[in-house]
Amino acid sequence: MVFLQIAAKDLRSELRTKESLNASLSFAVVILLLFSFAFDPSSEAVAEFSGGLLWLVFAFAGALILNRSFARELPNDCLEVLIASPVSGAQLFLGKTVASFILLLTIEVICLPIFGIFYDITWIPQALPLLGIFALGTWGMTILGTLFSALTVNLSLRELMLPMLLYPLMLPALMAAMRLTTILLAGNAIAGNDMVWLRLLIGFDIIFTALSLALVETILVR
Amino acid sequence: MPEPVLAVDHVYKYFGDYPALHDVSFSLNGGECLALIGRNGAGKTTMLKILAGLSGAAQGEVRLFGDSPRQASARRRIGLLGHGIGVYDELTAIENLTIFAQLYGVSASVARHWLERTQLAHVANAPVREFSRGMRQRLAVARAFLHDPALLILDEPFTALDDRAIALLQGLLAEAKAAGRTIIMSTHQLREAMELATHVALIERGKLVHFGPRSAEMLADPTYVYRTFGAA
Amino acid sequence: MTKNIRLVLGALVGILLLRNLYVILFNLPDEMEQGPVYRIFYYHLPAFFAAILCYITALVASSMYLIKKNLRYDAIAMSATEVGLAFAAVNLTTGMIWGRISWGIWWAWDARLTWALICWLVYFGYLMLRQAIDDPTERAKNSAVLSIFAFVSVAITYKAIEWWRTQHPGPVLSIRTGKQLIDPIMENMLYMNFLALATLAVLMVIIRLNQEEMQRQIDGLRRRAHAI
Repeated sequence: MVFLQIAAKDLRSELRTKESLNASLSFAVVILLLFSFAFDPSSEAVAEFSGGLLWLVFAFAGALILNRSFARELPNDCLEVLIASPVSGAQLFLGKTVASFILLLTIEVICLPIFGIFYDITWIPQALPLLGIFALGTWGMTILGTLFSALTVNLSLRELMLPMLLYPLMLPALMAAMRLTTILLAGNAIAGNDMVWLRLLIGFDIIFTALSLALVETILVR
Repeated sequence: MPEPVLAVDHVYKYFGDYPALHDVSFSLNGGECLALIGRNGAGKTTMLKILAGLSGAAQGEVRLFGDSPRQASARRRIGLLGHGIGVYDELTAIENLTIFAQLYGVSASVARHWLERTQLAHVANAPVREFSRGMRQRLAVARAFLHDPALLILDEPFTALDDRAIALLQGLLAEAKAAGRTIIMSTHQLREAMELATHVALIERGKLVHFGPRSAEMLADPTYVYRTFGAA
Repeated sequence: MTKNIRLVLGALVGILLLRNLYVILFNLPDEMEQGPVYRIFYYHLPAFFAAILCYITALVASSMYLIKKNLRYDAIAMSATEVGLAFAAVNLTTGMIWGRISWGIWWAWDARLTWALICWLVYFGYLMLRQAIDDPTERAKNSAVLSIFAFVSVAITYKAIEWWRTQHPGPVLSIRTGKQLIDPIMENMLYMNFLALATLAVLMVIIRLNQEEMQRQIDGLRRRAHAI
């Protein structure tokens, strides 16, 4: 599938330079550190906002990764050459989304143990469900974020505009991911009333994946 | 009479209210080579971008091989050499060409073959970042030609090329023309263009003021077109 | 022609607003629990619906632009969004004033207020994107796509916030008179003021549209002048 070739190209490029990967990971750790001063890690209340805190870190780290997504095609006019190639806009977009998804998920998986250490939270029993929620939430973030990366690629204030557009629009997914992660980190399973959040997250992912695939070609062709 | 490879039919393109292209029509058959000339800002690049599928015409129709330029089947047969070299600095030469070989559906061995043709085989595994400018340009040429495109779209290809790269490109273009490929190139380097061209078009302020076969006068004096058909 | 429409609409709006204001201040009874301050609700809720009307207009206009590629639709989408933001701001400020007097705090994460704030930020982003793009066709195309995404997102967020509030119950800005949710006289007034504000919205969109048309003509003339 062509989009996998695009994803592989992006990943190879990123692993060669590790620019945004390093920046994003360091930024995430610094924010976790700063949060430990803003919110007392030893308090009982941590259980209530653990998910929220973690996803704030992921959102900030994600902006750095997503910014790079289409911006990496700007030097040497590579974006032009890609759009002129037989690859459809949707395949190009999907490939980049998958690459950003893998990079961001990797950062999240590294951040989780660090978070567990800083805030004394046991997460290992819930590792698999947590990974599932991370994947669903990250997909929501990357599908919207990659679209906005394409939308803002030629703007001078790209680094500012992408998060400003992305964060309010991905709020439903962020809320659901925060809620579900908090539940899991508290040692509970997702059941009963809380299932509505899981459905919201999955619905969000499906709707915006479809909408993005439908509209991305319009954005890429001038 | 076979269908033209390239047909532009009453095309308009606007940037806001400003007509970058105004009622442009022409067509090109297989094996022909069009030199598209005009001053900066005349609309040459805009026209080429529409042909390459990077831009859409506001009005009118463009057909490549009978299809819209956004059709994958048309794009597969186009080789594009624009202002940027279109390769990734952080990847090696062979990695770059392999990616484009994959995207255009040709085998990876073609990539290696083209590295040899452009005399870059000795740096196949070096990142493009380390290349000299001439080497980068030769790699760009390899990228544009490796899938044996039936239509070559070149935007000011001779600008900023070193002598080695110019010789390489001229040789490849002559070869392509002899093999029946179609070429459309915009250029300021009138001399090189006139040698290759079978047809010449002059664009001025978005309008096609002349389109016709390359004549003896044009070959003898490349500025003939400007003087004869251009306004002031 | 359009000037006459604007004058007629302006007169209609003026009459409606003045008449409503008079009735609200002098004729309607006080509400049982909240006293006279509740009258601000007659602007708070209709402004909310006027904003939503504008956002829906923006959605339709954006979709029409993507289909027809006529810049007129882009101008409508932009004007509707701007006017929508204005009414949303009215909704937010009246909500804050009402909350301050009713609960003693300026902001209390009431479900509807929170949602109005999110909407406001989302559509403000739309205006920011427009400002950042110079070429009119690119601006129209990209902001149309953003407008569609924005609408879908705020629609989903509405539901999400409802579920969030059920888990963190808090103050709710609304009117209750005894057992009934709303007295018929009050309900009638709400509709009347919604009519007034909606008409005002239409008028403002038309005025903004005219401004945009003029601006485009000026830009076109400027470009032509530079090219000579």
